[in-house]
Amino acid sequence: MSIPLTSNTFGGKASPWVSRIAMAAVHFFILVLFLQNVAVDTWGSVIGLLFAHLYSVVALTYWNRIDRSAAGDTVIVTVTLEFVLISVIFWERASAWPWSTLFGLGLVQICAFAAVRYWKDLRQAPGSAWFGLIVILIYVMVAATAPIIAPFGETEIVGSEYDVWSNKHLLGTDNLGRDMFTRLIYGGRNTVGIAFMTTLLAFIIGGLAGILAAAMRGWVDQVLGRVVDILMAIPSFIFALLILTIVGTSIPSLIMVIAVLDATRVFRLARAVSMNVVVLEYVEAASLRGEGLWWLIRSEILPNILPPLVAEFGLRFCFVFLFLSGLSFLGLGIQPPTADWGSMVRDNATLITYGDITPLLPAGAIALLTIGVNFVVDWFLQKASGLKD
Amino acid sequence: MNDAAGKGDVLLHMHGLRIEGRSDEIWHEIVHGIDVTLRRGEVLGLIGESGAGKSTIGLAAMGFARDGCRISGGSIMFDDVDLAKASDDSLRQLRGSRIAYVAQSAAAAFNPAHKLIDQYCEAPVQHGIMPRAEAESDAIDLYGRLQLPEPESIGFRYPHQVSGGQLQRAMTAMAMACRPDLIIFDEPTTALDVTTQIEVLSAIRDIVRQFNTAAIYITHDLAVVSQMADRIMVLRHGNLIEEGDTRGMIEDPQKEYTRDLLAVRTFRKETVDEPNGETPLLRMQNVSASYGKSPVLFDVSMDIHRKRTVAVVGESGSGKSTAARVITGLLPPSEGQVFYDGQPLAPNHRKRSKDEKRRLQMIYQMPDTAINPRQRVRSIIGRPLEFYLGMRGADRDARVRQLLEMIELDPDEFIDRYPGELSGGQKQRICIARALAAEPELIICDEVTSALDQLVAEEILKLLQRLQDELGLAYMFITHDLATVRAVADEIVVMLQGEVVEQGLKADVLSPPHHEYTELLLSSVPEMDPDWLDNLLGERLEQSA
Repeated sequence: MSIPLTSNTFGGKASPWVSRIAMAAVHFFILVLFLQNVAVDTWGSVIGLLFAHLYSVVALTYWNRIDRSAAGDTVIVTVTLEFVLISVIFWERASAWPWSTLFGLGLVQICAFAAVRYWKDLRQAPGSAWFGLIVILIYVMVAATAPIIAPFGETEIVGSEYDVWSNKHLLGTDNLGRDMFTRLIYGGRNTVGIAFMTTLLAFIIGGLAGILAAAMRGWVDQVLGRVVDILMAIPSFIFALLILTIVGTSIPSLIMVIAVLDATRVFRLARAVSMNVVVLEYVEAASLRGEGLWWLIRSEILPNILPPLVAEFGLRFCFVFLFLSGLSFLGLGIQPPTADWGSMVRDNATLITYGDITPLLPAGAIALLTIGVNFVVDWFLQKASGLKD
Repeated sequence: MNDAAGKGDVLLHMHGLRIEGRSDEIWHEIVHGIDVTLRRGEVLGLIGESGAGKSTIGLAAMGFARDGCRISGGSIMFDDVDLAKASDDSLRQLRGSRIAYVAQSAAAAFNPAHKLIDQYCEAPVQHGIMPRAEAESDAIDLYGRLQLPEPESIGFRYPHQVSGGQLQRAMTAMAMACRPDLIIFDEPTTALDVTTQIEVLSAIRDIVRQFNTAAIYITHDLAVVSQMADRIMVLRHGNLIEEGDTRGMIEDPQKEYTRDLLAVRTFRKETVDEPNGETPLLRMQNVSASYGKSPVLFDVSMDIHRKRTVAVVGESGSGKSTAARVITGLLPPSEGQVFYDGQPLAPNHRKRSKDEKRRLQMIYQMPDTAINPRQRVRSIIGRPLEFYLGMRGADRDARVRQLLEMIELDPDEFIDRYPGELSGGQKQRICIARALAAEPELIICDEVTSALDQLVAEEILKLLQRLQDELGLAYMFITHDLATVRAVADEIVVMLQGEVVEQGLKADVLSPPHHEYTELLLSSVPEMDPDWLDNLLGERLEQSA
């Protein structure tokens, strides 16, 4: 479970100097990024500075804990410095959106650290998994740095309606004269972000409840099971419409409602697979040892049911996506003027009659991400099931 | 079908057989050029520990390689057809009709959704050998010959409605359905009790003789194979160690490894006298218990003293594991009480104190399911240290290393492994280390060696014995294997259908006069004598007559 502190599988030597210089550069960069904005937004800058310190500490600690070689160091340092360099070149935009820049930097570094740490596994990953990983990485990167990349504002009207593709508007404009390319980028941030949050929440609620039901049995299982049965007995779309009409269509309520509805499916899966694990002797041994419920769930059951849950995560993510788009179509999803891929298809659907494929781009973006996520999930599943043998 | 052809014709000839297995994307050779010749009506025993390649060779005799394996060289001539090169279609023709396979676990090999006789009839009808009605009457005939009870009606039951031994015989009948020339038996009795094993062995042997069928009998138990086979091949790591006729092999083995296999279970614990008058470490007093409404234990009492080993013997369903569940508190008894060091233990394990739990540890039968496959050895052994003794960080690691040394595994090599990267014996050692980590006084060993090869099992027994001498542990040793009992026990408790039928010091229980059930158990343990089964069956027939 724990990462070995001293061993070095790559055979190279840890180089504290490289790490310190890189970290100092990053620290300095973030300081400037936020100090630029002191006059405009004092509180944001102060929090940003605190964050910069915390970030450096965490990054340095992790740096000293992972196995890595000189090559690994180079990957991490190069990627980091490249990002800093790009930010400096586009300083105007980067400094206008310090939080996005910082998130971008964080992501780049996390990816570099993860790539070094899991290089052995990554090297053996099939092409489809690499494709999926790269697609996801691009989506996440774009989502995090949306304001920096996007040429215009999310809701800004910049031209006439339905402009054709041009140098100024790469993908033309939409039904209100907003830049399509910009909307696509922001749409990714909104739709992917909300779908991801929702799925995650659904898994936390449903997964925990499912394992709990399997581990405790008896009346806990009965109560949870019946509650889920009741929720599942009502058609979920109609149920969602009903609740959203009552509580209103804010984004938090949207996430909560879909998460709870989807958690019922996760609950059933988690309970079913946990049931198989709970009866095994190592769980019995742990409970005879006197371990508490939380240990049983976290250490004995959860790691062993993770593969099916992860597979389900990929599928659920796609369903949530569709669910969100469906709600948007009915006007109860993400509300305009916020960009959202689902409603972008609908808003510009008239263009299809003129043989213009622009409205299909958001749909294509959804499809591509769905495929990418499932490729990665497949790979993970294959790897995880191999461990058992 | 070739009853006319007498013994002597070569039926199967495998020459220079090589088989490769795939792991980590690379092909490794696992069988290194083996020659096997089998004549009609001959029974060949393949013997070796797990990983020796005996099952792989057995399957290759059908021209079949498991998933992730391939036949990479050599020829498999079955009646002038080279199975290694034959097309899938022609193999399908042969399999089931002229070559049949009997798997180790009949319970897993039968389809639980169909009746036995339906599964019996499938092969002959499919191969067009006989119509359904004829197959059914044939099945009833074979069930009778295999001494299954109520042969007329047993076929109309589902697999879960018959016992393990009966299922194994039904499977043999199924293999016989097309009167094949060759049957491959892959460890058919390994999962059975000694008393049931006898029935299955004699049934298999009779039927093979009656139909003059050639057979390959795969097992890791030399005593069993010497009853069944005309000729034995000893295999190790995919190589042939020794080949010879059964009697010659048993009486005069040529190779060191074969001698080791023969010498297994010669290890004996030094006998200890009566326990002195001190309070027993564990006392079960008139315990009865039941699962729901059905009672499984009746008025069981036993004492376990410090530094002593009490073996609990009986066939499956005799309540010996249930007794362990009562002691550990997984199954609160309906009557009676369990005392630990003179103090009553709470019936439910949730009500017991951490220290009570620490002093009483358990080792399970199946090391595969007894340790969490997602934890490294470091965490598996380290957790009890942390949990009971509050050790953390470097202290804990040092102690884990010490424990690994105690169980004779190299700490540097093993500490960061996952259970999937360990062999069965190593896993069982990890389970022992986990139990030791808690610094217990009493360890309950539930069939700890029955899932292991004999040589590995013997090493585990020796390890347990050494630990008892060094640490002064007491063992409650649950087993159905009397050889194990002879090796390790100080005292023996014999159980039958939830009751204790005999108990006492090892010497007293094992020497006559016996209780009649003890006698049955004792006489059912196969011996390394090719005539043993014949003699035994003769004796039993005489007695019943």
